[in-house]
Amino acid sequence: MEEINKQIISLPRLGEPAPGFEAITTDGVLKLEDYKGGWLILFSHPADFTPVCTTEFIAFAEIYPELQKRGVELLGLSVDSVSSHIAWVRNVEEKTGVKIPFPIIADLDKEVSMLYGMIHPGQSKTETVRCVFIIDHNQIIRAILYYPLTTGRNMDEIIRIIDCLQTTDEHRVATPANWQPGEEVIIPQPATQEGAEERLKQDYECIDWYLCKKKL
Amino acid sequence: MACISPDGSPTETGTRMLRALSSGLGYPEEIAQDTGIPLFRVRSGLRELNKAGLASQNNDRHEITEKGAKLIE
Repeated sequence: MEEINKQIISLPRLGEPAPGFEAITTDGVLKLEDYKGGWLILFSHPADFTPVCTTEFIAFAEIYPELQKRGVELLGLSVDSVSSHIAWVRNVEEKTGVKIPFPIIADLDKEVSMLYGMIHPGQSKTETVRCVFIIDHNQIIRAILYYPLTTGRNMDEIIRIIDCLQTTDEHRVATPANWQPGEEVIIPQPATQEGAEERLKQDYECIDWYLCKKKL
Repeated sequence: MACISPDGSPTETGTRMLRALSSGLGYPEEIAQDTGIPLFRVRSGLRELNKAGLASQNNDRHEITEKGAKLIE
């Protein structure tokens, strides 16, 4: 009988500690723990000097000031070399005037890519897909996004997720579909019959006991 | 933005961090606040300075070494 040799890789999951790493980057050697105490967006792109990735890097650079206001750093990754990363970001600056203000991991041995499940052989056996890992100040994975090679990421949604998560943490609430800062938030639903009855007596805007909103 | 050049001398960022250490600052958070260098870069930079013998670490606190001090005289 033919032996089937399959490698089972455990992917990072929401609510779990982000896998630690030490990686060579365009800013020298960085460890995940260097980011402790602040939020981090670790994202991968398929390759340097490619069109969709270039538009994404420009877009990430453009939202960087907004991310910094929220205590969030950016860290890019692809399986290209540091020299390639440096040449590419210099080219982007020369051609578009946009300076890339964040480091990029040169994951030539695919160590970090494999750790974070960034290579999807159905898309490409050699390149990382467009992953986004949002990691909080305690280095817990709070959100994961995967985009196919042909689809550039939506920066507004990335900022929105950060706003949702930080609002949830600060106020112990949830956020409804398409929520934007300043809009009403959802009060966590009661877990008991008594709680449900009390909820409707409170001064909230309720559809019913399980869906009540309030302004912050 | 590594702190040590290939020839072993501190880069501009490395020099700023050595000056901060020389002024008595010792914790990554206070060096980041004083210099404006992002905290993650301070932490990785201190590792480099320690490895190069330009700074030393005692628990979480860092100090400039004699070798490091000579470089910013």
